[in-house]
Order: sequence, then C-alpha cells, then structure tokens
Amino acid sequence: MLKHFKTDMHIHTCLSPCSDWDMSPQKIVQRSLEIGLDVIAVCDHNTAENAGAVMREGENQGLRVLPGMEICSKEEVHILALFDELDPSLAMQEYVYANLKGENQPEIFGHQVVANDQDEVIGENPRLLIGATQLGLYEIVDKTHRLGGISLSSHVDRTAYGIIGQLGFIPPDLDIDGVEVSHRVELATARDDVPGIGQFPCVTASDAHFLDDIGKVRTVFILAKPTIDEFRRALQDKDDRRIKI
Amino acid sequence: MQVKDLVSQFKLTMVAGEKGLERQVKDGYCGDLLSEIMANAPEGCVWLTIQGHQNIVAVAVLREMAAIIMTGGQTPDEETLDKANQEEIPLLLWPNSAYELAGRLYALGVGNPQSG
Repeated sequence: MLKHFKTDMHIHTCLSPCSDWDMSPQKIVQRSLEIGLDVIAVCDHNTAENAGAVMREGENQGLRVLPGMEICSKEEVHILALFDELDPSLAMQEYVYANLKGENQPEIFGHQVVANDQDEVIGENPRLLIGATQLGLYEIVDKTHRLGGISLSSHVDRTAYGIIGQLGFIPPDLDIDGVEVSHRVELATARDDVPGIGQFPCVTASDAHFLDDIGKVRTVFILAKPTIDEFRRALQDKDDRRIKI
Repeated sequence: MQVKDLVSQFKLTMVAGEKGLERQVKDGYCGDLLSEIMANAPEGCVWLTIQGHQNIVAVAVLREMAAIIMTGGQTPDEETLDKANQEEIPLLLWPNSAYELAGRLYALGVGNPQSG
C-alpha cells in the first residue's frame, strides 16, 4: 500500500552557525507537525550532532526524522547525505571531522549550539562547521553510499555553493541520487529553469535556518514507508515509488 | 608567446597536458567559480585557478584556453590529470598566490593591451 509523504529533507538546527537559536529539537518537530509534514531530515553544516535529539523528539511527537548532514566538499559544493539511522550519520560525521580544519569564531560566524531533546543547551561545537572539508565530491558520495545513505546535491539553482555554479556543470559520472532545488525554483518547472539538471532526479526542500521557513517548499514522495531504501526507489522512479509533481 | 615560454620563465611545474605546450598564449584570466569562467574567459588565455576538479579541463576546452595554472600550492585530482592529457591542455602548478602571478604575467605583456 503506497502512501503520500510530505517531506522537507533539508532543515538546519541551532547547531549551524548561520541558523536561528529557535531551531531547537522540540520547536523544529512541533513546527513541522503543525504545518503537516510527515518526514523531515536534519542537515547541519558538516555535523550531525543535533540529529539524535531531533530524532528522539520526533519519536515522542510522531514525526519521522532522518539524520543527515550538509557537507561542504573541497570544491566548495554543498551536498546532502541522508541516512535511516543515527549510527551511519555519526560515522559520516567522523569522516567529515577528520577532514575539516579550523575553529569557529562565534562572534563572526555565529554560535554552534548542541542541544538535547529537552531543548537544553549541552554545549557549543568548537569546529569551523561553516568551512569546506578537504574531501572531494566523489569521496563524499562514495562514503555516503557505503554507509547506506543517499546523496543529493544541494540548491543546484544557486551560484553560491551549488554544484553548477561552482563546477559549471554536474559531472556526468558523479553518482548522486538526485539534486535539490531551492524555493526560488518551482519543482514542476525546475528542469526547464535550470537546464544543467538534465536527467538527474530532482526534489525541493526548504534549507530552513528559521522556524518560519520549515516546509516553505516540500516534496511529496509516494512510498510504502519513509525509509532510505524507499526514497532511493522513488528517486529512481522504480516499483511505483515516485515523486509527485 | 607559447605556453612553454611561460613554463621556463616562471619555473612552473608541468603535471599534465605536455602535448599542448606550444599553444599560443593570447590573454589571461583568474577565477574559481566555473560557471563564471565558462561564460567569460577569453580564448587563448592562461587561466589561474585553485579549483582542481576535472571539470576545469572541460571548461578550458570549451573556452579554447592555452593552459591552466593551479595557484597557491593547490594540486589537481587524479582524474583531472588524465583529462588534461587526453585533451592536451597543459596543467601547470605555481606555488604562490594568483595575485602575484597575474601581476607578473601582465607586466610581461600577457593580456595587456598596452603591450605589443
């Protein structure tokens, strides 16, 4: 039995330096349910340290939360890595941390707040999360797949940190599962508006840094259940799983 | 001026695309945002960049460039070397900043309309 799942697969928490303090685990989950989302993914810059708290709060309130990260490659391209369970996302985080240099300067880049599922501040992450890793795109996609995740190229319609802006075009041999367009582009016309997308599967997500932006744009997936395997099949338009345009 | 003249003048390290060393250098360009380079880089230029992804070779072919110079001690990906050899686009390394090399190239007359 296939069902519709309203998703927003790209949400930052208060751990991202550029994100609002109100992006706490409880508030993100509350807001997502209020506006009728079924699935969200937590994708902070180069870290997954708040994903577990949002997942636990999602379980409490009845929202499916995927752990993820928005990784900045050495080409300065942003790419999402999404997983089913917390452990592989933390393994991805370990890989990213080993290849991320620098210390955050909160007065310049913003605070990086690690929170628990009670919305209490546990601490601040000292790393330069806003920086670029020393990992190439191919390495990031490969590692994501080895850990069972899916890999989406972020906001490909944007020059800043979008793959087409940075690299001119999407390398045809890059094994991404799809691309994300921002709210600036309609999903229905994205292929015409951004010709560089070509035949890559395409979704849209909010990239929310503020509570009010959550779900501003959303992608409806037709799936049996909200798992990474099902999302992958929908991106490939397989077994009647698909993205509803 | 040919690419090989620049290599000897500035002691650039050649890492790929040796077959293109006799290409004529007509101009220069700097930048790391490939979409912008694809739109604006002049034909026959040497291109100074820190971007080492293999797409730089495709961009150089598209804009009919003379050579790519990676600046600031950056190094290309393995695949980039293969592509540069295939396309015969010289891929050269310069250890210091793009700013310094661009200034020296301009002083030498590369891309300088005042120069003969």
